[in-house]
Amino acid sequence: MTQLTSLEKTATQIRRDIVRMVHSASSGHPGGSLGCADFFTALYFSEMKHRPEFHMEGRGEDVFVLSNGHISPVFYATLARSGYFDTEELNSFREINSRLQGHPTTHEGLPGVRISTGSLGQGLSVAIGIALSKKLSDDDRYVYALTGDGELQEGQIWEALMFAAHHRVDNLIVTVDWNGQQIDGPNDEVMSLGDLEAKWKSFGWEVLIMEGNQMESVLNGLREAKARSGKDRPVVILMKTEMGYGVDFMQGTHKWHGVAPDDDQLKSALSQLEETLGDY
Amino acid sequence: MLKKLLNSKEKKATRDGFGDGLYELGKTNDKVVALCADLAGSLKMNKFIESYPLRFFQCGVAEANMMGVAAGLATGGYIPFTGTFANFSTGRVYDQIRQSIAYSNKNVKICASHAGLTLGEDGATHQILEDIGMMKMLPGMTVINPCDYRQTKAATKAIAEHSGPVYLRFGRPGWPIFMPESTPFEIGKGILLNEGSDISVFATGHMVWQALQAADQLAGEGISCEVINIHTIKPLDEEIILDSVSKTGRVVSAEEHQIAGGLGESIASLLARKRPTKMGIVGVNDSFGESGKPTDLMDKYGLGVSDVKAAIKRVLES
Repeated sequence: MTQLTSLEKTATQIRRDIVRMVHSASSGHPGGSLGCADFFTALYFSEMKHRPEFHMEGRGEDVFVLSNGHISPVFYATLARSGYFDTEELNSFREINSRLQGHPTTHEGLPGVRISTGSLGQGLSVAIGIALSKKLSDDDRYVYALTGDGELQEGQIWEALMFAAHHRVDNLIVTVDWNGQQIDGPNDEVMSLGDLEAKWKSFGWEVLIMEGNQMESVLNGLREAKARSGKDRPVVILMKTEMGYGVDFMQGTHKWHGVAPDDDQLKSALSQLEETLGDY
Repeated sequence: MLKKLLNSKEKKATRDGFGDGLYELGKTNDKVVALCADLAGSLKMNKFIESYPLRFFQCGVAEANMMGVAAGLATGGYIPFTGTFANFSTGRVYDQIRQSIAYSNKNVKICASHAGLTLGEDGATHQILEDIGMMKMLPGMTVINPCDYRQTKAATKAIAEHSGPVYLRFGRPGWPIFMPESTPFEIGKGILLNEGSDISVFATGHMVWQALQAADQLAGEGISCEVINIHTIKPLDEEIILDSVSKTGRVVSAEEHQIAGGLGESIASLLARKRPTKMGIVGVNDSFGESGKPTDLMDKYGLGVSDVKAAIKRVLES
């Protein structure tokens, strides 16, 4: 099996995990989670140097910050499949006394989570701080962060963009989940983002555009981002995805941003996603 | 003891204590880093910046991002001290502090100058009087309001050794330096400044000086005030409060803050639960401030020495 095929199979299993978790909890955010499954898989199973024996400081390893915390299902499934904790624990998603809170938190001590996110616009600043800590301690690994596109409407994001460019935080690779959708509808109807590429460039960032639902493109994009880092400028990947990718009736619409499938919908979704690594 | 404390000859702002403490920390603790949102001069951070430029991050007028960057630096094992005015250190960035610092339990030291009415001429836009309340409500947050230059310097050094988020509140104006050099600073431990038998006066921040003067003047009228400095509002030193109250049976608190949400409410809550006691609260009563000179504002908004004395007499006569 080639690396590409293997990664694609992992992403498919993670998609199965996502819909099963959200169905079981009768709540959660499947749309963005499904759209970002390829990205998470490429990051954790190929491009990131990381240790499932979790250390908060992340010294000597790459660190990932999920700023759009509501897509916790894909984050949790990825962490579990990477060995941070037992996949059985995915059963506890959004249950009482669980480490798998609705939005990721350090509060319950779940390995792999370094900051509580969910109130949008905050994770990018935190990622910048971690990147600065790596520079201060002569640690040459990267910090990755993912934000939503609707999340870019938060003012703090643009404060962070200015800061990262001004302080030449060039060990930071930010990805925007550019699916064009948010809770109330398409970005263009809710609050237009304008020319995103020009905006990031004018803030002094190195900008890449990448297809986010083709594994090969994601791998190439992340490698290109790394190649462009270390040159005094922070790097952003504008990642074109489809919300709900992989499940036909959830795909390309904001309607599945934060809605759980019922029993029949679960059955239909799972019939479209092969069980490649064994369900939890 | 009272006369000795009141014999203070020197004035210096509490913010100078912060700046000097931070500078000393720079020398002794290489994990300490500092961030500022375009107020480095006002926060007296310049000595640290000149000596340790690589450990200082200018954030510009962007406080929300500063709090997040601080949380990230803490995640990476550093001890960030953020510096801006108290107004912009709390209300402006409450959600950032709640999510990225308090709930995430990050070892960030939120250092806030120009708190309260004594900021003076800039007026109510900048005179925050609600910050103690906001910060003490956050689970796990330590809240400290030191009373003079020396105590602020000692507190700045002490919070670097404490693991977890801290809100350190101090002020703008020159203020008498009266705490003895030898007084140790321990987070969460009140300091007995004057023994008395008629009433316990618990004061924090600039109001400690007012309380000492009130106690001195009342001594001349035969009223014996026990004055205790509660520099740490959370966690509250319940022991020193209950011990003193069990002796005096009367209480007045004093702070440069709204009555709602302040030290007085914390003490009242403690006493209601463990030892119901007649109590008065000196603080700002549900009002914004205004432009003016610090001492004039304190008099107008009920924080003068005469206000402390009146509160003490009211409680004693009730």
